[in-house]
Amino acid sequence: MKENPDTQARRVQDDLRLNYGPNKKFITICAGTGCRAYGSLKVKDALEAELKKQNMNVEVLATGCFGFCEKGPMLVIHPDKYFYQQVKVEDVPEIVSKTLAKGEVIGRLLYRDPDTKKTLFREEDLPFYKKQLRVVFGRNGMIDPTRIDDYLAIDGYQALGKALSEMTPEGVISEVKKAGLRGRGGGGFHAAFKWEGARRAHGSPKYVIANGDEGDPGAYMDRSLMEGNPHSIIEGMIIGAYAVGAQDGYIYVRNEYPLAVTHLTMAIASAKEAGLLGKNILGTNFSFDIHITKGAGAFVCGESSALFASIEGRAGEPRAKYVHAVEKGLWDKPTALNNVETWANVPLIINRGADWYAAIGTEGSKGTKIFSLVGKINNTGLIEVPMGTTLYEIIYDMGGGIPNGRKFKAVQTGGPSGGCIPESLLDIPVDFDKLYEVGSMMGSGGMIVMDDRSCMVDVARYFLAFLQEESCGKCVPCREGVRRMNNILEDICAGKGREGDVELLEKIATGVADGSLCALGGSAPNPVLSTIKYFREEYEAHIKDHRCPAGVCKALITYSIIPEKCTGCGLCIKVCPTQATSGEKKKAHKINNDKCTRCGACIESCKFEAILVK
Amino acid sequence: MKAEDTELLKEFTKEQVAKLNSIIEKFKSKPGGLIPVLEEAQVALEYIPISVQKRIATGLNLPLSRVYGVVTFYSFFTMTPRGKHTVRVCLGTACYVRGGKALTDTLEKQFGIKQGETTPDRMFTLESVRCLGACGLGPVIVVDEDVHGRIKPGKVKEVLSQYN
Ligand SMILES: Cc1cc2nc3c(=O)[nH]c(=O)nc-3n(C[C@H](O)[C@H](O)[C@H](O)COP(=O)(O)O)c2cc1C
Ligand code: SF4
Ligand code: SF4
Ligand code: FES
Ligand code: FES
Repeated sequence: MKENPDTQARRVQDDLRLNYGPNKKFITICAGTGCRAYGSLKVKDALEAELKKQNMNVEVLATGCFGFCEKGPMLVIHPDKYFYQQVKVEDVPEIVSKTLAKGEVIGRLLYRDPDTKKTLFREEDLPFYKKQLRVVFGRNGMIDPTRIDDYLAIDGYQALGKALSEMTPEGVISEVKKAGLRGRGGGGFHAAFKWEGARRAHGSPKYVIANGDEGDPGAYMDRSLMEGNPHSIIEGMIIGAYAVGAQDGYIYVRNEYPLAVTHLTMAIASAKEAGLLGKNILGTNFSFDIHITKGAGAFVCGESSALFASIEGRAGEPRAKYVHAVEKGLWDKPTALNNVETWANVPLIINRGADWYAAIGTEGSKGTKIFSLVGKINNTGLIEVPMGTTLYEIIYDMGGGIPNGRKFKAVQTGGPSGGCIPESLLDIPVDFDKLYEVGSMMGSGGMIVMDDRSCMVDVARYFLAFLQEESCGKCVPCREGVRRMNNILEDICAGKGREGDVELLEKIATGVADGSLCALGGSAPNPVLSTIKYFREEYEAHIKDHRCPAGVCKALITYSIIPEKCTGCGLCIKVCPTQATSGEKKKAHKINNDKCTRCGACIESCKFEAILVK
Repeated sequence: MKAEDTELLKEFTKEQVAKLNSIIEKFKSKPGGLIPVLEEAQVALEYIPISVQKRIATGLNLPLSRVYGVVTFYSFFTMTPRGKHTVRVCLGTACYVRGGKALTDTLEKQFGIKQGETTPDRMFTLESVRCLGACGLGPVIVVDEDVHGRIKPGKVKEVLSQYN
């Protein structure tokens, strides 16, 4: 007789709980991209070697990103859950002999709250984590993403068991609809409507696809999910496939994410081995398989129809309008495409129920969202918050404010399709509709904080240059309009702006937005329009006074040394890559403006604030 | 040996050409196989000049224009040989606002080349990437596989001196 898939899944979990019981001693160490760059794998090796040396049998789990990337490498010692940050290889022997052997904490490795000066022991006590609700992303830190057993131990594949044994495909769709799950990849389209459309559409086979292209150049939450918890995405896709009636699925991964590809590949293989994927899933007559496709470096391929073209092996140019994808998507067959994070939300909804899910968030935006909080911010990292959390809470309570006591200027959300939000709007609750209302977007969740030394015109130019390069060139308004806008912005930044440029930008923007086929062109003007809307005076300063108030645009600034402040220490001579600084020891130095490339190296090095940018 | 092999053998070794042929063979009958073929070919041959594109086009029974179109569309593919080391400057938004551009300028000046080019001695190829997921370390440069974080223009020389 067939075992009920649900009981089957639960039985595996019971075995595993014994293994990871509440008193088990083990270490989780972050092996996400950021921490790897800080050397976390070396710390892990050292830990394992030291444990062996001291004859201790404690497992070390290399997990995905913990979120607080600023403070890597970091680890948690279970069951006490001591949180150690900025751990170096040299710290390892002490961690083993003190904390693991005797349960003593090592003060210097704990996090110290910069405001209260208190030392904090556990992750959940840190201001960075305190206000977060990490129902999707927080599970990263509990598992080794290369082992399916770990995922099973945290209730993995339980939702799949439940869906297959207790729910009809229509039931799954209506649960997701009731939960109010909206797409996390940009547009915020309701996932259930899309699935319903694909389910109803004629044609076979049908496909489900996970979009892991992550084109926003300042975001890495999708990467961290794929690397850190691949099974959650796969489980979501299997449930979605069941709902849609799809036989085949694809995960489209950005080429720059090799570790994500490795972990997803391993996860697919082990899910197949466990009978959770492939033929007759969990003994039912539902069969579904997943393939991985690597992108090849084009932002536009994140767009649905371009993505299909890319999977089909062609250049990724957008085709017809988006809504039809559910009927004619990949290979012109019914297709449900969702973002990686959207898929990872699905098991949660099935497990905990739509009511639980819909209680989180705002009227129109349910659940949580993962943001990458980066730029000029003290606590860089990935955060997951309920929809409706204010920008202020995110930037100040979790992010810890702006480094070096500088002044906040703007936060950019929504990537190249989004906009810059000024200080006066910091108390808006962040959700799909509110961000749109203020001229920006949720996008995939990039949040780049900027201070008074960031130039808003330059930021607009940065995004337009990006979009110009990434426009596939199919529509004239997008190809030519974005290029023209970029040229004008370049001129303004180079001090060649003319009266009327701002108005001209606004005019071209309308044409580009209206005349473009896909949302790349459609939203391309946002970075420009939002900065004009909120920071018009910066544009005027560039154009009328030939001045860059933030001190960024090179053609409009000069470096000089204030003789009264300069001690003649000579440091700036050492660091200047173009030998523009000179002077005798202990006498005021000088900068030769013909040689100076305005790279800022001298400012960074000068300890006496003797260098002036004007 | 096929006549067109002579053209390929001017630039690549026998082993590389054999590898190319086996890659083509592997994906020959798979729908959507062109991009994976190009990816693997680039790993095996390092770059994909017209001669290689011709071979792929014939092998997969596609017009050369289609192969060329795909190679030039996706920034991942390159038609020119690379340097011994690849220096990538992160120009993701977070690194950009933290001074990534100044790093690019400094490197361009130091190498005397532009982004996307290779130094005449074929030591370094200079490229940019977008967000490596290490924004906390920004601005970031990656040399080959090594990530170097919090790099200021003044430190560029020191970092590069480790590679020769
Ligand atoms: C130019 C462009 C780039 C996009 N890039 C991405 C991307 O990198 N990842 C993503 O999930 N969606 C991206 N999208 C949105 C997708 O077209 C699509 O709406 C989304 O993947 C659907 O999933 P969702 O409903 O779960 O958000 C992009 C759209 C455009 C127009
Ligand atoms: S680093 Fe500052 S104090 Fe030292 S010589 Fe240069 S300008 Fe003067
Ligand atoms: S800004 Fe850069 S180039 Fe100019 S003087 Fe300072 S270090 Fe030299
Ligand atoms: S990579 Fe370690 S916390 Fe993000
Ligand atoms: S923007 Fe450079 S690592 Fe994220």
